[in-house]
Amino acid sequence: MKLTVWTYEGPPHVGAMRVATAMKGLHYVLHAPQGDTYADLLFTMIERRGQRPPVSYTTFEGRDLGSDTAGIFKKTCQDAFDRFQPQALIVGASCTAELIQDDPGGLAETMGLPVPVIALELPSYQRKENFGTDETFYQLVKALAKPVDRTPEITANLIGPLALGFRHRDDIEEVKGLLYDMGIGINVVAPFDATPHDLTRLGAAHVNILMYPEHAETAARHMERALGIPYTKTVPIGVGATHDFVAEVARLCGVAPKKDLGRLRQPWWSRSVDSTYLTGKRVFLFGDATHVMAAARIARDEMGFEVVGLGCYNREFARPMRALGKDLGLEALISDDYLEVEKAIEEAAPEMILGTQMERHIGKRLGIPCAVISAPVHVQDFPARYSPQMGWEGANVIFDTWIHPLVMGLEEHLLSMFREDFEFHDAAGASHHGGHAPKPMEGGQPPAAAQPPRSISEAKIDEEMPVTTGADVMIWLVDAERELKKIPFFVRGKARRNTEKFAAERGVTQISIDTLYEAKAHYAR
Amino acid sequence: MNQPANVLAATSCRDTPILKERGQREVFCGLTGIIWLHRKMQDAFFLVVGSRTCAHLLQSAAGVMIFAEPRFGTAILEETDLAGLADANEELDREVGRLLSRRPDIKQLFLVGSCPSEVIKLDLARAAQRLTKLHAPHVRVLNYSGSGIETTFTQGEDACLASMVPVLPGTEDRELLLVGALPDVVEDQAVSLLGKMGIGPIRVLPAPRSAQAPGVGPNTVFACLQPFLGDTAAALERRGARMIEAPFPFGEEGTTLWLRAIANEFGVDDATFEAVTAAPRARARTAIANASEHLRGKTVFFMPDSQLEIPLARFLTRECGMEAIEIGQPFIHKGLVGPDLDLIPAGPTISEGQDVDRQLDRVRAARPDLTVCGLGLANPLEAEGLTTKWAIELVFTPVHFYDQAGDLAGLFSRPLRRRALLKLEAAE
Repeated sequence: MKLTVWTYEGPPHVGAMRVATAMKGLHYVLHAPQGDTYADLLFTMIERRGQRPPVSYTTFEGRDLGSDTAGIFKKTCQDAFDRFQPQALIVGASCTAELIQDDPGGLAETMGLPVPVIALELPSYQRKENFGTDETFYQLVKALAKPVDRTPEITANLIGPLALGFRHRDDIEEVKGLLYDMGIGINVVAPFDATPHDLTRLGAAHVNILMYPEHAETAARHMERALGIPYTKTVPIGVGATHDFVAEVARLCGVAPKKDLGRLRQPWWSRSVDSTYLTGKRVFLFGDATHVMAAARIARDEMGFEVVGLGCYNREFARPMRALGKDLGLEALISDDYLEVEKAIEEAAPEMILGTQMERHIGKRLGIPCAVISAPVHVQDFPARYSPQMGWEGANVIFDTWIHPLVMGLEEHLLSMFREDFEFHDAAGASHHGGHAPKPMEGGQPPAAAQPPRSISEAKIDEEMPVTTGADVMIWLVDAERELKKIPFFVRGKARRNTEKFAAERGVTQISIDTLYEAKAHYAR
Repeated sequence: MNQPANVLAATSCRDTPILKERGQREVFCGLTGIIWLHRKMQDAFFLVVGSRTCAHLLQSAAGVMIFAEPRFGTAILEETDLAGLADANEELDREVGRLLSRRPDIKQLFLVGSCPSEVIKLDLARAAQRLTKLHAPHVRVLNYSGSGIETTFTQGEDACLASMVPVLPGTEDRELLLVGALPDVVEDQAVSLLGKMGIGPIRVLPAPRSAQAPGVGPNTVFACLQPFLGDTAAALERRGARMIEAPFPFGEEGTTLWLRAIANEFGVDDATFEAVTAAPRARARTAIANASEHLRGKTVFFMPDSQLEIPLARFLTRECGMEAIEIGQPFIHKGLVGPDLDLIPAGPTISEGQDVDRQLDRVRAARPDLTVCGLGLANPLEAEGLTTKWAIELVFTPVHFYDQAGDLAGLFSRPLRRRALLKLEAAE
């Protein structure tokens, strides 16, 4: 038993719903009690879908438990088939129906329906939503995709995009464009907008583009084994990753790595002088493993940020995530407990969070700007405009999205010049955020402007201070504390940390103004 | 003048045969009530004993995450808990112990049963007794079911309040008890109106803090504020209290009839009643007249959802000039909604339960001007060209009594006004 307040992932049958809802001509019969229909609103409200998810719920009640829940399942199955005439059915149980062990797969099989019926075994008490997406898509592919002749021209399948995904709709278009530039056609995109009939043609492609490993890696492996189709390992999020992706696809398909960089603006935007202020911004990354791992590379190599923490909630990707953490000199946080994530963020005291909607709330609470990079999603993550994460346009979009919550370059200088000004006080935040600006948290580079040291008077214990080596309590003398407050808020946290680290290393337990500026000189780069 | 003598329709919906359906229900389960109950009871914590689905439902139904230390959570059952119930009980005791030591502000803990906990027959009543002994006198542990196999949506509040009745202190005093968790602003209005008529003392269930819990006894009379509190009413009657029957206080008419029924019980004379209610009644009439401009002559179809459907249909048909095509409710308790049914002239279909696909066929055939439905159905119906009002807003928004009557009409008229307002085609 585990006490949970907020969750990153729903139960596995919600994952199955995300696959079914993304597809056309497929229907999901879910053995479930009243109330489980809440999941419909995820699709109709958050994603603004104009159709109900293709799911029929058996809606059994307490009084049915002793009698014939199996009969209710069969009736629902028959009614759903008669009404919706799907090309294929998937059947399964939600957490409660799993306990009554009616065996939806076995029951549906006895009904002799004239379409493929695919049974899903999704253990609700062990696994979560992303297992549900991956397993459901795998079962569909295993049942429906058979060896067929390859297309005469070189074609690819795009696999993994589905309902309630983070910008999947637009990523598909962007990846199609990358392939088009190399002269590679599209065979099937799945699950997004695919029919069960489309899945039978998966085997005709020359390569599988595995867009989201958490949703389709098992299917990709299966198709490699059973159909001899290789799949891509690079996720084209970020400039560097997109170049690598093009090279990988070219190699797998034996074509030239042709690229059209005409619309790629990110590299110049990142090199141009206004972006100098991004240098060394301390960022914390959390979300699904695919997006976090891509974001880590972008943050370090393409934005010039310093990654001070990272992690993911999907345990299935713990190994690559930990390896990446090691490369960055960090210990990756693998957790689906948001309180633990909040604690880690608080300790790392980043200047920006790149996370999910959960981290956006954490950021609000801690006063740290946050940009959303990953599911779980919110209605805001389905913009009306084209807004991919993948490919060249994705790189442009990410640049804009990530810098939006920050104070801009020139503005940052104004803030330090006019920090006593009523409009530029610490709590004012960035000018482009209107009246509801988040209050940025302390953190940043060493102080820019020096002030003459003043005399030491009384001492004061700082409660917020981290425990450091050699001293249980480190004391900031009042003048030093006052001096620290003169440093612009967005670099103050870093100045404080550096000074304390400097003092601790030298066994200094009382921090004076001199200590502060000695530390500044020491860390100056 | 104020007596509801001539308001009964010649043939009313009370006698209309009820269309009973069963099949897929597009309704939340009773756990959803926790979203508003935990805000109302400020020293209570709601611990759902359930699955990841329960946690996900609460998070999704809340719509926004209430990050300011929510006083609810889910103890998620895992594989090992299913293997042996003894272990599950031990685990539960441990989680509760941990929770209460972290949250010393908690005085009432509700163990909330879910579909999985009920199917595996985890005895939460016994667990509550055991834990009460363990954590007395500081914390009282109660239990109720919010499971989908036993409760729908607002029934969760009923189950919660009913679980509190047996442990309310006894009293011989003649007191008025108002029953139902309403936003403070409307609760205060009700208490103020009744107080001005000289009625009192007035107590409310649930109280904001457990120390203020009302007493109940043979001289208690109570009035329900919401039409879904049947089990709570029955539990109060078992404690000797007596219910005042009335239409529910939605709109000018509903509020007047509800207040009048209580006033009669307490022997308030016409002049006093008139003096207290005249001004707010006039305000309510004006507000409704303004807000209902876009509703007059329009048809409305209620899908079953919040249990407020019958009283709201009474308000929309009688005070806003709408015509009801179908009024669906998850279940119909005539002891509670009978007075409202009496006021709705026969005509609309009255349905109980749901087979959502068949009901949607009826919606499509009738093409109502406004369909009141749950969040899962609203956008799909809008995409088919129908105008909808999401029912959940009716539960979260202050809509009771005179000064919210205009807001209530506004909730229904806004979607229609918006549809009329938007011009998304070429001007030609």
